[in-house]
Amino acid sequence: MSQIFHRSTNTLSKLSIFGALFVLASLAWLIAGLNRSSYITQVWVAREQPVQFSHKHHAGDDGIDCRYCHTSVEDSSFAGIPPTKTCMNCHSQIFADSAYLEPVRESWRTGKPLQWTRVHNLPDFVYFNHSIHVNKGVGCATCHGRVDRMPLTWQTASLQMEWCLECHRHPERYLRRRDQIFNMAWEPPPNQIEEGWRLAGEYKILDPAHLTSCDTCHR
Amino acid sequence: MHERLRGTVNSSEQSPVIEPGYTFASVTDQISAIVLRRGTPLGWIVGFTVSFTVVMVLLFAIAYLFTVGVGIWGINIPVAWGFAIINFVWWIGIGHAGTLISAILLLLNQKWRTSINRFAEAMTLFAVACAAMFPLLHLGRPWYFYWLFPYPNTMGIQPQFRSPLVWDVFAVSTYFTVSLLFWFVGLIPDLATLRDRAPRRAGQIIYGILAMGWRGSARHWQRYEVAYLLLAGLATPLVVSVHTVVSFDFAISILPGWHTTIFPPYFVAGAIYSGFAMVLVLAIPLRKFYGLEGFITMRHIVNMAKVMLATGLIVAYGYMMEVFMAWYSGDTFEWAMTKNRMFGPYGPWYWALIVCNILTPQMLWIKKIRERVAAVFVISIVVLTGMWLERYVIVITSLHRDFLPSSWGMYSATVWDWATFIGTIGLFLALLFLFIRFLPMISIAEVRALLTETEGKES
Amino acid sequence: MSINHNRLDLASLRARLGSSRGKEYWRSLEELADTQEFQEFLHREFPKQICEWNDPVGRRRFLKLMGASLALAGLNACSRAPAEAIFPYVRQPEELALGKPLFFATAMELSGVGAGVLVESHEGRPTKIEGNPDHPASLGATDLFAQASVLTLYDPDRAPAVTNIGDIRSWSAFLGAIRSLLQAQRALKGAGVRILTGAVTSPTLGSQLAELLKQMPSARWIQYEPASGDGARAGALLAFGTPVNTIYHFDKADVVLSLDSDFLTCGPASLHYTRDFIARRRLEEGKTEMNRLYVVESTPSNTGSKADHRLPLRPREIGSLARALARHLGVPALSAAEGSVAPEKWIAAVARDLQQHRGSSIVIAGDYQTPEVHALAHAMNHALSNVGKTVTYTDPVEAEPADPVESLRRLVKDMEAGQVDLLVIIGANPVYSAPADLNFAASMSKVGLRVHLSLYYDETSELCHWHIPQAHFLESWSDVRAYDGTISIVQPLIAPLYHGKTAHELLAAFTDQPERTSYEIVRDYWKTQKAGGWGAGQTAVAGTQSKPDSPEFDKFWRKALHDGFVPNTASPQRSVSLRTDWTSESVKRSSGPLPSGELEIVFRPDPTVYDGRFANNGWLQELPKPLTKLTWDNAALVSPATAQRLGLSHEIAWRGGEHGQVLADVVELQFQGRKVLAPVWIAPGHADDCITVHLGYGRKRAGRVGTGAGFSANTIRTSDSLWFGSGLSVTKTGGRYPLACAQYHHNIEGRNLLPSNTLNGYKKDPKFAQQEFPDPLKTPSLYPGFQYKDYAWGMAIDLNSCVGCNACVIACQSENNIPIVGKEQVMRGREMHWLRIDQYHKGEIDNPEVYYQPVLCQHCEHAPCEIVCPVQATTHSAEGLNTMVYNRCVGTRYCSNNCPYKVRRFNFLQFADWETASLKLLTNPEVSVRSRGVMEKCTYCVQRISHAKINAERENRPVRDGEVLTACQAVCPAQAIVFGNINDPDSRVAKLKKEPRNYGLLAELNTRPRTTYLAAVRNPNPELEKT
Repeated sequence: MSQIFHRSTNTLSKLSIFGALFVLASLAWLIAGLNRSSYITQVWVAREQPVQFSHKHHAGDDGIDCRYCHTSVEDSSFAGIPPTKTCMNCHSQIFADSAYLEPVRESWRTGKPLQWTRVHNLPDFVYFNHSIHVNKGVGCATCHGRVDRMPLTWQTASLQMEWCLECHRHPERYLRRRDQIFNMAWEPPPNQIEEGWRLAGEYKILDPAHLTSCDTCHR
Repeated sequence: MHERLRGTVNSSEQSPVIEPGYTFASVTDQISAIVLRRGTPLGWIVGFTVSFTVVMVLLFAIAYLFTVGVGIWGINIPVAWGFAIINFVWWIGIGHAGTLISAILLLLNQKWRTSINRFAEAMTLFAVACAAMFPLLHLGRPWYFYWLFPYPNTMGIQPQFRSPLVWDVFAVSTYFTVSLLFWFVGLIPDLATLRDRAPRRAGQIIYGILAMGWRGSARHWQRYEVAYLLLAGLATPLVVSVHTVVSFDFAISILPGWHTTIFPPYFVAGAIYSGFAMVLVLAIPLRKFYGLEGFITMRHIVNMAKVMLATGLIVAYGYMMEVFMAWYSGDTFEWAMTKNRMFGPYGPWYWALIVCNILTPQMLWIKKIRERVAAVFVISIVVLTGMWLERYVIVITSLHRDFLPSSWGMYSATVWDWATFIGTIGLFLALLFLFIRFLPMISIAEVRALLTETEGKES
Repeated sequence: MSINHNRLDLASLRARLGSSRGKEYWRSLEELADTQEFQEFLHREFPKQICEWNDPVGRRRFLKLMGASLALAGLNACSRAPAEAIFPYVRQPEELALGKPLFFATAMELSGVGAGVLVESHEGRPTKIEGNPDHPASLGATDLFAQASVLTLYDPDRAPAVTNIGDIRSWSAFLGAIRSLLQAQRALKGAGVRILTGAVTSPTLGSQLAELLKQMPSARWIQYEPASGDGARAGALLAFGTPVNTIYHFDKADVVLSLDSDFLTCGPASLHYTRDFIARRRLEEGKTEMNRLYVVESTPSNTGSKADHRLPLRPREIGSLARALARHLGVPALSAAEGSVAPEKWIAAVARDLQQHRGSSIVIAGDYQTPEVHALAHAMNHALSNVGKTVTYTDPVEAEPADPVESLRRLVKDMEAGQVDLLVIIGANPVYSAPADLNFAASMSKVGLRVHLSLYYDETSELCHWHIPQAHFLESWSDVRAYDGTISIVQPLIAPLYHGKTAHELLAAFTDQPERTSYEIVRDYWKTQKAGGWGAGQTAVAGTQSKPDSPEFDKFWRKALHDGFVPNTASPQRSVSLRTDWTSESVKRSSGPLPSGELEIVFRPDPTVYDGRFANNGWLQELPKPLTKLTWDNAALVSPATAQRLGLSHEIAWRGGEHGQVLADVVELQFQGRKVLAPVWIAPGHADDCITVHLGYGRKRAGRVGTGAGFSANTIRTSDSLWFGSGLSVTKTGGRYPLACAQYHHNIEGRNLLPSNTLNGYKKDPKFAQQEFPDPLKTPSLYPGFQYKDYAWGMAIDLNSCVGCNACVIACQSENNIPIVGKEQVMRGREMHWLRIDQYHKGEIDNPEVYYQPVLCQHCEHAPCEIVCPVQATTHSAEGLNTMVYNRCVGTRYCSNNCPYKVRRFNFLQFADWETASLKLLTNPEVSVRSRGVMEKCTYCVQRISHAKINAERENRPVRDGEVLTACQAVCPAQAIVFGNINDPDSRVAKLKKEPRNYGLLAELNTRPRTTYLAAVRNPNPELEKT
């Protein structure tokens, strides 16, 4: 009776044992990678906006302070999205008839709000509070990146829990002096770690045990 | 050339583990024929159809469950665990006999195991499969089940290793994997046999792939023996560990009726108890239907009945100790729970379980009954029911009236609870039917080995 | 009430299909399903969110979930968040900072009388009601109706538009429709005009009505309040010859005798009274003095449960007891006839006790008692010279005090006689709530034009030509008086969601300026008040010509709005003298003692749905009623003895059991020739030989939640026996009816869960409650405990103060977005309340002592739930909170099994409503809305803690004591709940935990609960103490 299988199948079967392991391993690695990829997190992806608003121009070139538009960042959980009026404060004079700004003027005329696309979007079950971070020495750029270099705004941080925990576990790595909070160009000093500890003490920042308690962010 | 074995048939005690008159050829023929014969027996078709329909019921119940939520079950606060956990523990328990028979009895060099270990192991796998389904089904949000596994995740958070439920995940999955390997390794030589005897090409290829190029060479046999022994060694502690861990689900808690140190041993005993009951429930009809009385002799049945009797007594001791400790500890809640368990609304369940698990098996002391196949069959079924009741009593009566009278409540299963439970029984049987149709339900190789050994003794 | 009221009423369905305009014939079952009957039939027992299958949305979600959950693979981990849009303001309001709530002061009116509240508003959505600490009727607390009012505001079943015989019309169309009729009536001096309102204390509304009556002298204004008794007014008339408003000062009283008065939880002053009364029971800092409360009542009440001596009597017998007592106290000229039913010893002892506390005692009669009993109470207070000390009198707070029933009778008579051409019903729902013998509905049909203003399109609206949706008080400008006369300006928190109109605007429609807004009306009224000093004027005319706003008026206006009340508007005390001739009258009124065994019936407003106006409020429907613990139904309450005599009983069902479904015998109550079917509830402590039925149920047109729940007691209620009457006959039908009961088992089973003692016992052994665990947080353990550097949050609940009013339960529900589950699910034991009030009975079953124990998550140091959660969804925070992370929970329910307090609640189904648009506005944005399959529980209002901590840390200071108020603590009128940082020895909670009465529930389990209780102490009269 003829052989059912060709000799080669021996090697194949041996290979398949390792092959299986390899496939499984790479699959796991793939999923882990995908979850952190910018396809999922949308990091580095510039969002289209109704108005081609450029932070680069306003914050970078014109050097307008973040708080001019994001008024409530220091005393509310929500940094605040500027009402159309804020735009019109300047743009009723400057570029008063630029085609770019037509949507803004229209909103001003009709009273219909502009519809921006959210860039930094946390899940609903996360309760992030801007004011406390800004008041405790976390700079804008720490989470939002060099906004002053973004013609269209994008995310520079994954906003995934592991990312939040990184700072909540080691705040000293990221803290800066209060007068540097809104400084986009701030670079950590060489002695950041001990400087960070010093600031943590000065700001009475609770220890990581508090910062990583579930109820700090989830309610 | 093989002369008849002389075995006295009158007393099952000395009755041989394999009836005289079998030769290598006849063994191989009879067992492989069941798989390779052309037509499928009508009984099989009917049985499979029925159990398959029940599987469909299970699938529907699960679909509805995932769509609407666990609220379709009878569970509530305080009784937040119901049928799901009861069935889980019950199936896991049943899933113990297989590995025990194949691993422990192998190590103890109990020859009589050979002709029952194969389908006992299969039975184990299927039971564990049924069991493993429930922890997933009973989750409020089953689509997040993978959070129970430690894996590198973007949340920077791991499972909580202090929780017995996490231990369960590991215990059950390990047990399943090892049992599977054990079963498969044992199958290899027989798969080769089937490959060689398969009449059709398809069969030859499928069995061929599964046989993994087994040629029966001395080297193969030697390695096979080693691997098999190693796995047996691996599986043995698992038999004990799995149900110990399952019992921790209860023992770790502070609930009166659950918080008991005696749980691990008596859960394991109970598991083996129900496991053997299930093996008997399956073996007895099978040997009749496929005329395997030659392989599964009275010796097997009697031995298993004895094991049942023994484990049954351990379980009985467990019950006694539970009650005694409740009284002896002087703990208000413990004692109130015990009285409520016996005379409360669920009292009938408790006494039914005592009758099923303690009184009925005592009949096995009597030789006559031990040797009456029908009687053993009935007793086994009673024991299986009893073991299910035991889990019901442990889960429900402990939960429904605990510390604060204000939060006392009652539990009653809904149609969906029953659908899921019966559904898994259907799944179990369906898998079993497939198994006996497509794989040798008795280990050809080992039985032949048995022949050679006995022959050796003769000469 | 039909017992199997699940049956779809096909007859009416057909009728509707026949009558339906526009749609001549129905094409599909889909269409049929749109009909009211079908919807009602669906929603009768399940609030919308539960019936998965019935509404198209549900079916769509079925498929959605199907897809979601069958694609189990967990791939949802790698799915990206959908793009979200942001809509900034065009012009942002000055005071509004996004993400920060604002608080506004206003007032809620109930039965005409108001109480001040502060309303939390998130981006313009009122989401939560708090008490107004500066308002005399609130003192920072609220009752449960105020708490639940936000749900009514967003109720999707509220009437959406002005309708004329069911067709949608415009407001101006309505104005046009009545114009000609008004012309005619003006000529007739309004002879055919009748205006039916509830009780009115609003000065503006009062003046508007006065003005209207001036223009139409022969028109008539009728006030009818189905739920407030007339006894106080008539009693005052009887005693003093003039209606007065009586105010009690419990803070000055050592001995209180309540004659059928539930002053702790009923009535417009209950919050203030509770605060004062409980203040005299506090045993802190070694205080060992307590006031003493005697309660005589028929129906077990919260006040009765706090009594040191409680005497259950039939309502009529209370009258004779009052007379007997008055005799003892030397009230002159009382007929010495008629032996009292009460034990002479009891009366003598109480009399002696009162005598010993002349000037520091109170005799208070219940609103639902006869004028005679009220008069006797007044007389006794005079005899005890309490007047001016613990009892004071003022002018009535109503704009126009009147006998409600009498005026209603006259209205019906006029309508019968066809003399009424225009009937304007404001707020009230007489077709449902009027006494049965008046046949209000029938006689109303004789009225030419019927106009109805109400929140819902209800039983009355159905029979009216015009229905005007009423603005909720959170949508309205108005004003209202509190129990002591203090006036609050009611200001809106949100523009009317359903274009509702206020009573002011509707009345204006009958003047020559029909289009005036209530803002103008109220403001103009107050402008005219300058001359008479703020708030004094009853007779002032609503400013017809609006003056320019003077700056000081603006100042006054802003201050009044900001404070929530107009300063110094409390009515001044007035002295009244007892009439000398009243007793003879009272004797005439007094009827002989009842033959025992003759059944008496007692009518009471329902503790949760009141007179039915809250019937469609799911929070109140699902709230376990005090003492019966029933939800979603009312029942006929009987005493155990009477139940035995009549062979009535109920038993627990397998489903849910003790904390779920109870099968109760159904009886037919026959009273004065009218019948109603009612399930029986055995109420320990109920007076024998009488049966209590609660109003407010059996609504036919309440909405998806309230329609069809319970039976309507109004169907056997007659105008001559509004609150009780004899001659009731009860027949057992043999039927069984399923009741949803949150706690059936009130026997504590000899377990040491709720230690209590008498005042003397407490003096002897202050630590009686602690047993072997003096400090629950320091129980023996092998392991080192957690270390807390900064905060360690904890709570102490004084069981001696808790009156079981349930306000905390609703406050919790409102603050934490807790869903309702519906009767069906409650019967399965799946209600979601994070905070429940356990209730245990001690002593004999006929008149047990009742103890309340609010149970919420105990936030154990050694939390059994924490160690069993496989995914770390419930963990121990660095401040000792036992946190529950919903988004991590996979729903093994192991934590609930292992929780000895059973305070964890599980979303067995999708309980939270994700469909109804209006209800989305209700949610508190600071708390996650939980999805199905997730465990939840009390968090100590962690959102409030975080808020306070963030504020404090921004200012680089620690959180101050009292800066964090949990929702339950904030509303508690008795201040029984105290929360704070137990690391700070000076915090109030830390002090309380040092009290000798402080003990931990189940401390012996070594769970180390952070919530501890202060044991209850009673102060019985040694003379009456049972040995």
